[in-house]
Amino acid sequence: MASAALNPASPLPKRRGLHFDARQIVPLLLTATALAWIGIILVMPLAAVLVEALRAGIGAYFRAIADPEALAALRLTALATVLSVPANLLFGLCAAWSIAKFDFRGKSVLISLIEVPFSVSPVVTGLSYVLLFGASGWFGPWLVSHGVRIIFAVPAIVLVTIFVTVPFIARELIPLMQAQGREEEEAAHLLGAAGLQIFWRVTLPNIRWGLLYGVILCSARAMGEFGAVSVVSGHIRGVTTTLPLYVEILYNDYNSVAAFACASLLALLALVTLMIKAVLERGLLKEMV
Amino acid sequence: MSIAIQNVCKRFGSFLALDDVSLVIEPGELVALLGPSGSGKTTLLRIIAGLDFADRGHVMVDDENAATRDMRERSIGFVFQHYALFRHMTVFENVAFGLRVKSRRERPSRKAIEKKVQELLALIQLEQFAKRYPHQLSGGQRQRVALARALAIEPRVLLLDEPFGALDAKVRKDLRRWLRNLHDEIHLTSVFVTHDQEEALEVADRVVVFNQGKIQQVGTPKDVYDRPATPFVYGFLGHANRFDSEISDGYANIGTTRLALAKADGRPQANGVAYVRPHDIEVSMGAKPNATKATVEHVATLGAVVRIELISEPRGSPLDVHLTREEFEHLRIEKGSVVWLTPKRARIFAGSDKHLTALYDVERANSRSGSEAEAAFDGMSDHG
Repeated sequence: MASAALNPASPLPKRRGLHFDARQIVPLLLTATALAWIGIILVMPLAAVLVEALRAGIGAYFRAIADPEALAALRLTALATVLSVPANLLFGLCAAWSIAKFDFRGKSVLISLIEVPFSVSPVVTGLSYVLLFGASGWFGPWLVSHGVRIIFAVPAIVLVTIFVTVPFIARELIPLMQAQGREEEEAAHLLGAAGLQIFWRVTLPNIRWGLLYGVILCSARAMGEFGAVSVVSGHIRGVTTTLPLYVEILYNDYNSVAAFACASLLALLALVTLMIKAVLERGLLKEMV
Repeated sequence: MSIAIQNVCKRFGSFLALDDVSLVIEPGELVALLGPSGSGKTTLLRIIAGLDFADRGHVMVDDENAATRDMRERSIGFVFQHYALFRHMTVFENVAFGLRVKSRRERPSRKAIEKKVQELLALIQLEQFAKRYPHQLSGGQRQRVALARALAIEPRVLLLDEPFGALDAKVRKDLRRWLRNLHDEIHLTSVFVTHDQEEALEVADRVVVFNQGKIQQVGTPKDVYDRPATPFVYGFLGHANRFDSEISDGYANIGTTRLALAKADGRPQANGVAYVRPHDIEVSMGAKPNATKATVEHVATLGAVVRIELISEPRGSPLDVHLTREEFEHLRIEKGSVVWLTPKRARIFAGSDKHLTALYDVERANSRSGSEAEAAFDGMSDHG
């Protein structure tokens, strides 16, 4: 009996009636769970934002967005993003280039340091900048005597935004450039290409997708940063409020239609970056091979 | 163009990659740098190319110090082990790269570049692949593109790092022959690195054998195979049997075999090591004077050569003998046979294991009749 059951040649006994094939049911179950989870955790709140924003009609929605203070907040957010992304682009490229293409002491320390903003709470970041540049901070007296204002002004907002977005581009490029090695650059060098020619013709084309991907992630983070900016901003309406801060101010004023309208703007920006990211990922995949 | 390497040293941390290496490569030569991995051969190639720098000593290309010249003027063709083709460029663009990056003054016209690249693609027989990307090519095709790209700038020197290392055996053999023919055609001073002794012996005009950052021997393939300068070279190039040997009064004793050295080197007593190629051993079934007795352990009759493993008396050390099929069939050897062995040629190094200095070639004149070995003294030479 036992030997017959173990014999693969003998047909399996057929079961009658309803039966489920586990190979079909398990993936279905997993997919359904994941979708439900995403629906509850991600989609529902986003939908709620839109619904709340449009509660008083489309006219009120656009009035809220067109408010001078809202536009000022949008401008400040754009400014912080536009300044911090190129800064980190430059830094990320330099860091990734040196880490991937050269050997030097303290390389692993540099790699770890780049990731610090990921693990440090943004509030701590904000406070540390206040400690450095605030009126009673290390450089405070000097800055005051020279009439330079950093904390509770735009410079601090830009600085902390740069700080929290430091890792995004560098972290995208380091593994990519390490995997690609340095031989192509060496080959270009031996073929007579000068340093800049090597960068434009060989290095940059090889990392362009990874670079764009990092820029997108960096922009998304820069636009959405709240904690660190909140500490150093001083919340001066129309002057030092970024879009996320402005949303909070409106919400605290019980102006929920305007708050959700501005929040939906942030959400929309995030969705757009997400879509660009999805497109870029395909290109990035090609680059890795 | 000639390359002169003068007293080059290179250290990576505590690892001495090159230890006072000097070498002259003549114009138009095809030279192989041969050695096990970590022996310094690739480091030397990279220093010649200017990709690494020597800690001491220098490299002169055509009597000019290579390190002080601008890379653009050095015009060195380099082929990387893993090709290092530009992955985002087509085959055509890869080959054209070296021409396109030239300064405006020296850059050929668009038409001239196109013509030149087409010629090179014809040379590597990949004309119809001009629009393909590197990842769409086979390993052998990529290797040829890498070569065409290096040749496009009309280099004065061609350097190849393990050019066939990443290819399968069949393609490797074809490419090897192709490179040899190409070299015969264009006579470009070429240096290639390899760890494959067969490749080095087959392709190169001269072979430079490396071990532990030092040059062990420089010579033609026949030289280094027939007259290895050091025990390392003997062991690295082809198979070799190694025997402990004693030198006394103009004789070398290997087991029960006594070989006469033509000239005594003035040392009445010395320890030494004798090396004998498996195909340089004469086998006879009957007892012979001055022969070493051995028992057959294993017989492998594969291909043109019959490989026999034996245990020799009196010390019981294992050794290999290679016979032609005719010899083997004539002798009727099988597992367990007792045979008598006489070396036809041997190379003897005197001294302790670490410092084998003097060396002797022992060659039996017309081996069949002579009972006493005739030896030729190869002179004293200092090899560390």
